[in-house]
Amino acid sequence: MTPFHIVVCGSLVPDPLQTLEPTLGPEGPGLKNEMMLPSVLDPWAGHALYEAASLATKHPESRVWLVSLGPKARLQQLMMSIAQKAKFELVAIDSSASGFIDAQSVARTLATAIDEIDGLDKNRLLLFGGCASASRDAGVTVQMVGELLGLTDQFLAVDELEARDDGSLRVLERIEGGKYLASTVRGAPAVVAWATGKLPEPPNNPQVGMQNMRTILPALQKAKAAIPNRNSIHYQEVAIPQQKRETRVVKDMSVDEIAREIADWIRG
Amino acid sequence: METVEHATDTRPSLTTLPGDDIRQILWGFADRFDIQMLVQSVRPVARGQVARLVADGGRHTHDWTDAKNDLLASFDAAGVTALFADPEYGGFIEGPKNLALALAAFELAWVDGGAATCSLAGHLALAPIHEKGTEEQKRTYMSRAIPGQSEEVARGAFCLTEPLPFVGVDTRVLSGRVRIEGWDEGEEPMLRVEKRGRFITNMGFANFVTAAVESDDERLKGTCMVILEESDPGTFDRGSATHKLVHQLSSTTDPIFNLVVPASRIIGGYTLKDGVIVPNYNHSQIIEAVFRRTRVTVGLMTAAKMLSAVEPVIRYQRSRFRGGAADAPGSPRYDLGLQQKEDTLHRLVDVWAAGEAAAALGFATAKFFDEFDPIDHRRDDIFGEGGIPHGRAGLKVLAQKRGPALEYLRLRALGPGKRDEARLAELEKDDLTQFLVQDALALVLCPAVKLWNTGHGTNVMREAVSLMGGYGITEDCPGFLPQKWMDAQLEATYEGPEAVQRRQLSLTMTNELFLAQFQEWILELRRIAGTMPGTGACTLASAMELWQWTLQYLLTHTDADGATLYRDQRQGVTFPMADALCWLLASRYQILSIRELQTAATNGAVANAEGFLNFFADLAHVQAGNAAGEVSRICTSLVYGYNRHPSWDLQGSCCHHTEDLDTLESIMPGIAACAPSVGDVVDADGSHAPKAGPCVRFTGVEGFVARRNKVDGCLTGSRLAKDRAAQALTTVMIPEALDYPM
Ligand SMILES: Cc1cc2nc3c(=O)[nH]c(=O)nc-3n(C[C@H](O)[C@H](O)[C@H](O)COP(=O)(O)OP(=O)(O)OC[C@H]3O[C@@H](n4cnc5c(N)ncnc54)[C@H](O)[C@@H]3O)c2cc1C
Repeated sequence: MTPFHIVVCGSLVPDPLQTLEPTLGPEGPGLKNEMMLPSVLDPWAGHALYEAASLATKHPESRVWLVSLGPKARLQQLMMSIAQKAKFELVAIDSSASGFIDAQSVARTLATAIDEIDGLDKNRLLLFGGCASASRDAGVTVQMVGELLGLTDQFLAVDELEARDDGSLRVLERIEGGKYLASTVRGAPAVVAWATGKLPEPPNNPQVGMQNMRTILPALQKAKAAIPNRNSIHYQEVAIPQQKRETRVVKDMSVDEIAREIADWIRG
Repeated sequence: METVEHATDTRPSLTTLPGDDIRQILWGFADRFDIQMLVQSVRPVARGQVARLVADGGRHTHDWTDAKNDLLASFDAAGVTALFADPEYGGFIEGPKNLALALAAFELAWVDGGAATCSLAGHLALAPIHEKGTEEQKRTYMSRAIPGQSEEVARGAFCLTEPLPFVGVDTRVLSGRVRIEGWDEGEEPMLRVEKRGRFITNMGFANFVTAAVESDDERLKGTCMVILEESDPGTFDRGSATHKLVHQLSSTTDPIFNLVVPASRIIGGYTLKDGVIVPNYNHSQIIEAVFRRTRVTVGLMTAAKMLSAVEPVIRYQRSRFRGGAADAPGSPRYDLGLQQKEDTLHRLVDVWAAGEAAAALGFATAKFFDEFDPIDHRRDDIFGEGGIPHGRAGLKVLAQKRGPALEYLRLRALGPGKRDEARLAELEKDDLTQFLVQDALALVLCPAVKLWNTGHGTNVMREAVSLMGGYGITEDCPGFLPQKWMDAQLEATYEGPEAVQRRQLSLTMTNELFLAQFQEWILELRRIAGTMPGTGACTLASAMELWQWTLQYLLTHTDADGATLYRDQRQGVTFPMADALCWLLASRYQILSIRELQTAATNGAVANAEGFLNFFADLAHVQAGNAAGEVSRICTSLVYGYNRHPSWDLQGSCCHHTEDLDTLESIMPGIAACAPSVGDVVDADGSHAPKAGPCVRFTGVEGFVARRNKVDGCLTGSRLAKDRAAQALTTVMIPEALDYPM
């Protein structure tokens, strides 16, 4: 089996249980108290990371990098849990992770960082990321990174990737009507922007974390500062959707029940 | 001249609840990634599986159910079970683990105390082996009890408490027995162990037990702790489940053991002396080594409960009137709800402040033990190398170091430039001197955490519950607050109830080595007050001086009947003084934790540093005020309360005859009119003002009066701090929902 070099692009987003209140300040738009709110790994990127780690364990000698653009101190906090879930090497870029930064400038920064990864074999490269983001949902970043790196085999909203013995990859992409488009590509390099994938979130295991930290800590220390281009995009106004937010934590509710409740709520 | 700004009401304050980044700084593990990861791995178990089990009614049965049992596997997976072990035995944390254990218990108790107890009890069972076991015992039991080292994880229980009328608070006299069952020439002696336990945690499933027993065989000396296995020949009866009202996610039973075990199970091994088996450690030495660490962890469980109450109470108060047709968003009633009422805010500030103090005291103590452990073990090594037995001979060796230890503390307090640095360095390097200095602290801090955090913590939880109205006494109360209130009472009881801690403190807090450090702290607090005036550090320093004066007074004075005031049996004096000390300690560590935050903020490591600093300073100020009030109340009642009230018998120097005053009036015009206000006047017919007697004079206690007045004055500003903290509670952002189910 061929080992892969999997690069996962993913960063942090505010913990979804928090009240997210957009504000327009002199520095541009942001979330109220963003730097104080707890953050989590962007769930879409999380799916990508766990799929990457799982693929890597099935293909010995594979390597996984997580390329994260975000405020260094907050990335460090995030690593205290993420590093326990999967084995990876971190490439950290110290920058704002605000959902209001232009996707293009983010993509450019990421692509440069990936280009500079020591020992990365682009012929084995699988560029992973989320097909969307919980903080921006521009849904374009990973494609742009791929383009910048010259990767033209791109798969979006992927739920399954099967790496076959002959080196080829079979990919299931979500399309309309709850259907999948099944494609086969001859092999790496390719871009895979994940939807939810099929794997549960791995439990935390501090023993795994301690091992990962040996490389993660130096990576955090080395993190270069990047200033995203705030001028490339202008916001006239930022506001939360008019619809009232209602958050409840429920247990043991079936998917059907949840769907029905949401539909009823939308109907009002 | 340097000036320091005093607090104004418009300064930045709390905007969000403090997150992990702030907590790591306050509680001293910002540089410990291993421990930060542990927190992150325990939290999902607590707020996921444990919370769901509580919400599903898992606490409604005393039995050890499958769902409860499943928690054990989750603890294993999250690294909680292995936490206790050194890396060589399959653990993942190097060095002492008091802080790590405390944080794991804190995270679990944030949701459910029973879950925390369940995980802790396994560590408690291993602790005697870890502290005093032979290398062989350590290897055997650590490898069996740590996940991943053997096929099945062996679970342990710690069995000290016995059925009535035996071991409870008093652990000296054991009814559990050990005698020699067989002893073949050249073979390991076999022991028969008979022990009954009461309220033994983990017994529903434990595979091995560390039990305290006493010999009733002249070939075996004294008491010891032994390891019992479920597979040993004889009776290993787990007993029926205790019908406890609290901590139902832990298993508690009254077991009965009658087993034959090899003498190699005596914890710490034994020495043969003239054909007699002499255990290397008696049971008291082992439990002292164990409890001085594990009790700290229990104290932090209650701290977690107090702090976990803040968010649910704010949410309840704020949203209390939402949804009604009359109150639209934007109206104060809609936005603030019950937070419009000052009392609700002030009481929550008190809950929060007490929680911060408890956590700060607990974590600082856990950290202190991490530093003290190597010194403590070094003492064991020195004794071992010198062939000095523990007990009296050991105490004699240590007694010789008291002088140097005091000298060290005196030099240290003098500060650079004013002291003999060479001598200080010499004393710093002397292991036994350092042991004595640190041990004096350990012997105060551990019982203080256990006593104050759990005892006062339970009272505080009652306040928290009351803020939730009727919900506060239902199972549906968000944050499981009523369960936590009740659970806290167990934390105040097991591992030695409050009386045990007060008894220990009443002995250890009069140690001059402790008091010398206490004196240093007063000066340190004044210095802190100089740079951080809003923290209440000065208030606290004044209250500490009052306590110190009172202690000396009580140690050297007698009551109205000539009986010594401060002595072992007089718990009416010693116990309240112990309580008062705990208030002071908690407040001190709270202020020190803020100093850590300030240092980190100076280095630019904190977002909204100013806001957090201001808010935590206000909380500390509130707490220092509460502590000062409590200490004043206690000290005042002890200093005056044991004197007999003067009566109208004219023997008392504070009475005057009206006729004497009339005579004096010719020499000192006006005295007759003034006298009643400064003394008490008895008329010729013996009549006097309608009251118990002439008012008390303060001769001999002027030092107390001056200090007490100072403390009273030092409360200046503490209520303003409370107002500011209360105001912050009305604006702080909280999450949309609690992160664990209801
Ligand atoms: C759920 C639970 C789990 C437990 N788990 C364990 C375990 O795993 N292992 C274990 O060995 N034990 C365990 N215990 C036992 C626990 O440690 C004891 O209950 C505790 O030490 C108190 O002993 P007691 O109940 O006999 O109280 P008593 O000794 O009867 O004391 C009752 C009260 O009398 C007063 N009092 C007693 N003596 C004095 C004194 N000298 N001075 C002043 N006041 C005094 C105090 O107010 C005290 O609280 C557990 C208990 C419970 C409830």
